[in-house]
Amino acid sequence: MKRTPMYERHIAAGGRMVDFGGWELPVQYDATGIKTEHLAVRSKAGLFDVSHMGEITVKGPGAEKWLSRLVTNDIFVMKDFQVQYNIMCTEAGGVVDDLLVYRYGPEKFLLVVNAANVDKDWDWLRKHLPGDGVILENISMKTAETALQGPAAEAILARAADFDPSALRFFTFTDGVSVGGIPAIVSRTGYTGEDGFEIYVPWERGAELWDLILEAGKDAGLIPIGLGARDSLRFEAGLPLCGHEYTDILGPLEAGFGFFVKVDKPGGFIGQPVLKRQKEEGLRRKIVGLRLEDKGVPRAGMDVADPSGKMVGTVTSGGYCPSLDANMALCCVETPAPAEGESLSVVIRDRPKQGVVVKRPFYDRKYKK
Amino acid sequence: MAKIPQDLRYTKDHEWIRMEGATGVMGITDYAQHAMGDIVYVELPDEGREVRAGEDFIVVESVKGANDVFSPVSGTVAGVNGDLDGAPELLNEDPYTNWLVRLEVADPGELDSLLDAGAYAKLVEELEAESE
Repeated sequence: MKRTPMYERHIAAGGRMVDFGGWELPVQYDATGIKTEHLAVRSKAGLFDVSHMGEITVKGPGAEKWLSRLVTNDIFVMKDFQVQYNIMCTEAGGVVDDLLVYRYGPEKFLLVVNAANVDKDWDWLRKHLPGDGVILENISMKTAETALQGPAAEAILARAADFDPSALRFFTFTDGVSVGGIPAIVSRTGYTGEDGFEIYVPWERGAELWDLILEAGKDAGLIPIGLGARDSLRFEAGLPLCGHEYTDILGPLEAGFGFFVKVDKPGGFIGQPVLKRQKEEGLRRKIVGLRLEDKGVPRAGMDVADPSGKMVGTVTSGGYCPSLDANMALCCVETPAPAEGESLSVVIRDRPKQGVVVKRPFYDRKYKK
Repeated sequence: MAKIPQDLRYTKDHEWIRMEGATGVMGITDYAQHAMGDIVYVELPDEGREVRAGEDFIVVESVKGANDVFSPVSGTVAGVNGDLDGAPELLNEDPYTNWLVRLEVADPGELDSLLDAGAYAKLVEELEAESE
């Protein structure tokens, strides 16, 4: 199994290590646990080791035009040093992966992709590479990454960095700065629904970065956060997870992320004809949010029924939301989908448990814009 | 180090049981609650349900996922711990005071085949060594 540069730190801190897509990472830390870690990010700050994420650079005179064909959002309208959320689709309108696109300029981009999909994405990008004009490099194993998230994130980073993080706007980044003397790329992004930063440094300096940020944040209540809370935070904040809200067949419009799909952008993109047709003809299924009223915990893969008992879909993500103290689910259901306030049930161990359709996201995101 | 009271009998699946007259009182062990993490819901069986030894009949849901709990012995569910309804975290706080189910035990002799505290402590020690 692969280990990040912070592996020894996780062991020393009582991290309960699990296999996550071939990476040995902590699901939680013994002294805290998922619920405490989750609430710490919402109220103070948390530090995540996300060095397993994939980083790929796209360079060359043809970079902008080529990349645009592979992603759903409009990268032509991006300003330099902006970050943009994107989805990479198949011809059939399903999803290869979702990713962040960092734009340096028309001839240089950095893509940040899901750890479990790095190889698949790399093959997909290579397969569509033109004869010349675009150079790809997979720098995943050269790049360590931490996410510093929570209301205290800005103050903590200000203590460690040689630049003023308050000047960094939401979904922008800076390169060539240093954090505690370590050369870094820093973006104001995250996967928790809180304000925060993602910090990329050379692989061999990952543990050093980890130590110095924890030190900078120790009086502000900063604690390390495992994968368990990473998932509960993103779920509560309405952020999709590839393999759950997106699959080979479940596309970005059905998942409710049409805002990031520009079906009429110049030059089109892979999957565009299918998504455009979905938009014009209407969706056959879509994801709705559900709060369980009966007792029980919905989990991904469980069946969803309407009040008459007819099966209408499945749970894509489900679980307990610590900030809401409620059991919630995202359900992919046939259209016409029920409106907010209407009922659906989740079949938990053969018993239908009643819930009410609620708006997404479940948690009001606290970004600093 | 997980707490393991001397006066209980244990299963390899980390349940405990204690006889009170003809009734068995059972729950999950300290090792189990720790491994499960923050417990958010306990699905208890209906009273009167008959169970066989080793049958799954309770589900403990934690933030990490659903965990099956197995009956240590054969018998009939005579009562469930209603305190857990609305306060499932009691299981994390003290899994021995906060029992799950009372069982009318069909054959109290079955308890002899379960682990005593010493044997269970050895099992837990091995598991804890493995995870380090």
